Amino acid sequence: MAIDIGTLDTFPKLLMHHAQVRGERPAIREKDLGIWQTWTWREFADEVRFLACGLAEQGLKRGDHVALIGANRPRIYAGIAAAQCLGAIPIPLYQDAVAGEMVFPIRNAEVSHAIAEDQEQVDKLLEILPQCPSLEHIYYDDPRGLRHYSAPQLESYDKLRELGRSRYRADPAFLEEEIAKGRGVDSAAMFFTSGTTGVPKGVVLTYTNLIERSKVVADWEGIGEDDVVLAFMPPAWIGQNIFSYAQPLVAGYCICCPESAETVTPDMREIGPTYYFAPPRVFEALLTQVSVRMDDAAAPKRALYRYFMGVARRVGERIMEGKPVSALERLRYWLGDLLVYGPLRNVLGMSRIRIAYTGGEAIGPDLFVFYRSIGVNLKQLYGSTETSVFVCVQPNDRVKSDTVGPAVPGVELKFTPERELLIRSPGLFKEYYKNPQATLEAKDSEGWFHTGDAGYIDADGHLKIIDRAKDVGALADGTLFAPKYLENKLKFFPYIKEAVCFGDKRDKVCAFLNIDMEAVGAWAERRNMPYSGYTDLASRDEVYALLRGCVEQVNADLAREPEIANSQIGRFLVLHKELDADDEELTRTRKVRRRFVGEKYAPLVEALYDGRQSVRVEAKVRYEDGRTGTFSADLKISDAKTFPPAAAKRAA
Amino acid sequence: MKGDVILSVEGVSLAFGGVKALQGVSFDVKEGEVRAIIGPNGAGKSSMLNVINGVYHPQQGKIRFKDKAFADMNSHEAAALGIARTFQNIALFRGMTVLDNIMTGRNLKMRCGFLQQALWLGPARREELEHRRAVEEIIDFLEIQHIRRTPVGRLPYGLQKRVELGRALAAEPALLLLDEPMAGMNLEEKQDMCRFVLEVNDHYGTTLVLIEHDMGVVMDISDRVVVLDYGRKIADDVPEKIRGNQQVIDAYLGVTH
Repeated sequence: MAIDIGTLDTFPKLLMHHAQVRGERPAIREKDLGIWQTWTWREFADEVRFLACGLAEQGLKRGDHVALIGANRPRIYAGIAAAQCLGAIPIPLYQDAVAGEMVFPIRNAEVSHAIAEDQEQVDKLLEILPQCPSLEHIYYDDPRGLRHYSAPQLESYDKLRELGRSRYRADPAFLEEEIAKGRGVDSAAMFFTSGTTGVPKGVVLTYTNLIERSKVVADWEGIGEDDVVLAFMPPAWIGQNIFSYAQPLVAGYCICCPESAETVTPDMREIGPTYYFAPPRVFEALLTQVSVRMDDAAAPKRALYRYFMGVARRVGERIMEGKPVSALERLRYWLGDLLVYGPLRNVLGMSRIRIAYTGGEAIGPDLFVFYRSIGVNLKQLYGSTETSVFVCVQPNDRVKSDTVGPAVPGVELKFTPERELLIRSPGLFKEYYKNPQATLEAKDSEGWFHTGDAGYIDADGHLKIIDRAKDVGALADGTLFAPKYLENKLKFFPYIKEAVCFGDKRDKVCAFLNIDMEAVGAWAERRNMPYSGYTDLASRDEVYALLRGCVEQVNADLAREPEIANSQIGRFLVLHKELDADDEELTRTRKVRRRFVGEKYAPLVEALYDGRQSVRVEAKVRYEDGRTGTFSADLKISDAKTFPPAAAKRAA
Repeated sequence: MKGDVILSVEGVSLAFGGVKALQGVSFDVKEGEVRAIIGPNGAGKSSMLNVINGVYHPQQGKIRFKDKAFADMNSHEAAALGIARTFQNIALFRGMTVLDNIMTGRNLKMRCGFLQQALWLGPARREELEHRRAVEEIIDFLEIQHIRRTPVGRLPYGLQKRVELGRALAAEPALLLLDEPMAGMNLEEKQDMCRFVLEVNDHYGTTLVLIEHDMGVVMDISDRVVVLDYGRKIADDVPEKIRGNQQVIDAYLGVTH
């Protein structure tokens, strides 16, 4: 199934190719009214043709920008393809962004047309309309609640499609010519980086960037038309876009859109994807669910689970990688697969997975090994929006939990003296839109992209990322301080949802913690502990004791790693609220904005270091409906035991 | 504004022994409007709803629904005429799934007999598919896809209320009676419920009569408001006027008579 990406050098060309060679195979499935509805490649291509003609009728021209705002829906993906047919550049935006966050991308790219999923998205666009004069047309997919809207910019998707259909019927050659005009070097799409600091940047990727990278990895992993992917992350995230738009168009596989955000788990069980990509936090949340349910199970089941998970930890990975394992252990693992791992994979919807990737940020080694040991071929990859994702991928037989694998064919890596990673690859982005200075800073004259990540290549040739280069610091005594590394260790405990570590230029490391409401709530319930809500539960002494145990276990672990043994966590507190993207404490992809949190809660940080036992916090909270309120609470601060490097065995 | 009168209540009086629950209450409901009934505890609001859908039979007065007068009708007849309701204390089948509960709302629309259904004959099968589609549309409308297969007893209160609304909607009623749809809900759940109530009215064109204690909700979503106190109607007007009505304020705050 060799696709010639020399001639099929744009996504619309690839789409029309698939419609021809595998027209009756499924391209997209969507669960609607409780039933999986299938669009074949032929149907999907028709949808795109009509939509593209409709957009052309409405005045969309080559080089214009189209915003797409919505969850994973066939029509959102059709919108992306339709814009590309005309040589316009689609910009998927995060559907959970607040209205204000959409102003910058829309103004920056002078977006003229937008396709919005539903009333919620339309409301946001109408709200910012006065600030975005370029926006002339808003098309909505789901008409619900929009009947009485009278904004002249509004038009339904269905009408647009009808308009396009008559145009296409009258003049089919027009679109074929437009598609033929596209070239691989043209801008294919633009993704706004969530930006942990400063204003967002629009990353412009060309067709060649996306198609070449997708193809190299699809060929390397043997991904083809029989594969199935469940698309459940925001389409505005490059990771999702690669897996549910670029790569299916290259490899011809089928993507499935879940019914709603809440039904992803059951939908996944129904579809049984073979190829899977999710950031670590999704794997983390799934494991938390499993742990919580196992804690609630009857004693014999718990014992069974504990015993066989022990077996899996010992030999599971070795068996998957085909390494030698004794016959007795094989027998035990086989039994475990029958009784525990198989059913567990089934519950997780992972029975058919051949390849699962995680990326976007570092994954806790224990979490990673958990999935591999139960027979899910989970692998790490490394990349970013600017590199069209694929930079490093772990090969099937050489997976190491603490590295992201060797470079994918075509990628060159090197490091600055400060350990910052530089990349040269065919997938490297064209530019930051209208921001030549940032482009120049990120991509030097020789074409090396400065990632901002610190790391090194290990003895096996695998890339190991420690942290963001600017975040890696040192304690007062010179010990390496890699906050992300510590936070990930903490977050592996099901009880800890988020952690923020401080310690740069300080004498010791201290941490803010967020409890995981689901796990700690269930834990409290089993102990008959009444609580009124997050703040109440988080401030309980029992919860502090629980978390102290977790922190001390991390410290015991750290004591065994000589270079960072001194970065054990001396003191911690449990925050009175969950860190939230709406309060700008997390990015939209839920990464902690450590510096912002440190500044926002500066008095708490000080209290951690000056030895106080509690600190009063006045907090402004923003409710979901936009109102704000304040409340104050006393936060307790707890000390945690640290271990000298030699005495680590006891607690572990 | 809104359409013709769809329901009129004319001089209804209802007594339980010596307790006069309703005394000569008259009002009307126009097609497509959201009509609220408010009043202090024990004012006779739930009794009024029970009279409208045939649970209680008034001693005096009559109900006229779609130009047909009824001195008294029973609840089956009311349902067959297109009057559906939800209850103050949720009345769902707790052991059944959300899907099955809503399906029971289609009961009156099912034409095939027991035998046909048991044997899964052609017509029964077609009918089942048709009803399932209608139920799925309601599930989609109320955004409860994720709990489709969950037994109702395991759901939180706010969602149970939503399921109950779903069951009432499944009957495709011309008139929907909601008995305290937002009682016991938090702010967010109330906002959701308001949105659904308004969307039901807008999307299906259903006429709504609702009892509600939350004045903010009543003033926001209703077209006209009837106020009851001690079984009598003391006011009947648009929300803006009710807000300033002295008699209503007195009834709520309590004055010495």
